[in-house]
Amino acid sequence: MDYGRSERPAGAAPLPTAIKILIAGGFGVGKTTLVGAVSETRPLRTEEVLTETGVGIDDLSGVEEKTTTTVAMDFGRITLSDDLVLYLFGTPGQDRFWFVWDELALGAIGAVVLADTRRLADCFPSIDYFEGRGTPFVVAVNCFEGAKQYRLDEVQGALDLDPDVPVVLCDARERESVKEVLITLLEYAMKLREERRRAAAD
Amino acid sequence: MTGQGELAEHEWVDDHAGPVVRPYAVTGGRARPVTGTFDLISLVTATRAEVGSESGLGPEHVAIVGLCQRIQSVAEIAAHLDLPVGTVRVLLGDLAARSLVQVREPRATPAGLPDDSVFEAVINGLRAL
Ligand SMILES: Nc1nc2c(ncn2[C@@H]2O[C@H](COP(=O)(O)OP(=O)(O)OP(=O)(O)O)[C@@H](O)[C@H]2O)c(=O)[nH]1
Ligand SMILES: [Mg+2]
Repeated sequence: MDYGRSERPAGAAPLPTAIKILIAGGFGVGKTTLVGAVSETRPLRTEEVLTETGVGIDDLSGVEEKTTTTVAMDFGRITLSDDLVLYLFGTPGQDRFWFVWDELALGAIGAVVLADTRRLADCFPSIDYFEGRGTPFVVAVNCFEGAKQYRLDEVQGALDLDPDVPVVLCDARERESVKEVLITLLEYAMKLREERRRAAAD
Repeated sequence: MTGQGELAEHEWVDDHAGPVVRPYAVTGGRARPVTGTFDLISLVTATRAEVGSESGLGPEHVAIVGLCQRIQSVAEIAAHLDLPVGTVRVLLGDLAARSLVQVREPRATPAGLPDDSVFEAVINGLRAL
């Protein structure tokens, strides 16, 4: 490729840096709502089409069947400055789409796991996933009306989290609340990096 | 309430073969781009104000050049054109091979993550929002 003869206007600013944060959690916990609360446009949707080849079990002919599945991801964009753009990606809920998670998690600076105290167990798969990958994450307890209020340390205990993992309350509909959650995640991710660097130096 | 709209979108996506077959037609059946990897958040900008009817370019290629007059991520291009990400990657590969788009892959250190200054800039940017 001929990089020398760029047709971009001379003096055009370099392209910004893009980073991403994942928003995970169980079905209907408020992932899309959270993305929409801080994004500059309403959440966008993108799709991956997956083709799986398999032999149908009920199919006596044994003919190979191709099944296509569409996995949808919601995402939003926050332009932080001329040279920095933040993308928030809601992870697809179904456990069988782990490989889409792998693509999403690659290069992500961290994740927010949304939890609903009425069904805490729904966020176990997300927590297991990010723990396993070493992706920094915070747990944000989305306060739905009518849900019994738990103390954050009770949630921490129930989720069997490393005591360093931040657990915060949030309202996924409120921009300020979501901003706070994201800032908590970034500060925690920086702290973790520092600790890992120090551990590596020892 | 966006509930109904979302439901309609789901139905459309799963509806028969249409949306699955069309992306294939768009790329001429190709599954991989001729060049580039195109992360979901790779940023793309057009190098020209428009492209004419250059040989081998379809309407979707032209649409991408139009969209990328403003910087867009791969995910945004896919969402705006209502095409699967894999299809958009193939189309972007064609455009990159002709130097019609410039692509910036996400900045990462060898460890796979952006450097500290990026974290600080994000925190400050969010506070100022
Ligand atoms: N009271 C209250 N309701 C919320 C909150 N966040 C989301 N909701 C509501 O909960 C419902 C589900 O929210 P979504 O954002 O669609 O949840 P989701 O996690 O994207 O759902 P799926 O993508 O289907 O898994 C919507 O009706 C929201 O309005 C919250 O913080 N408080
Ligand atoms: Mg959703």
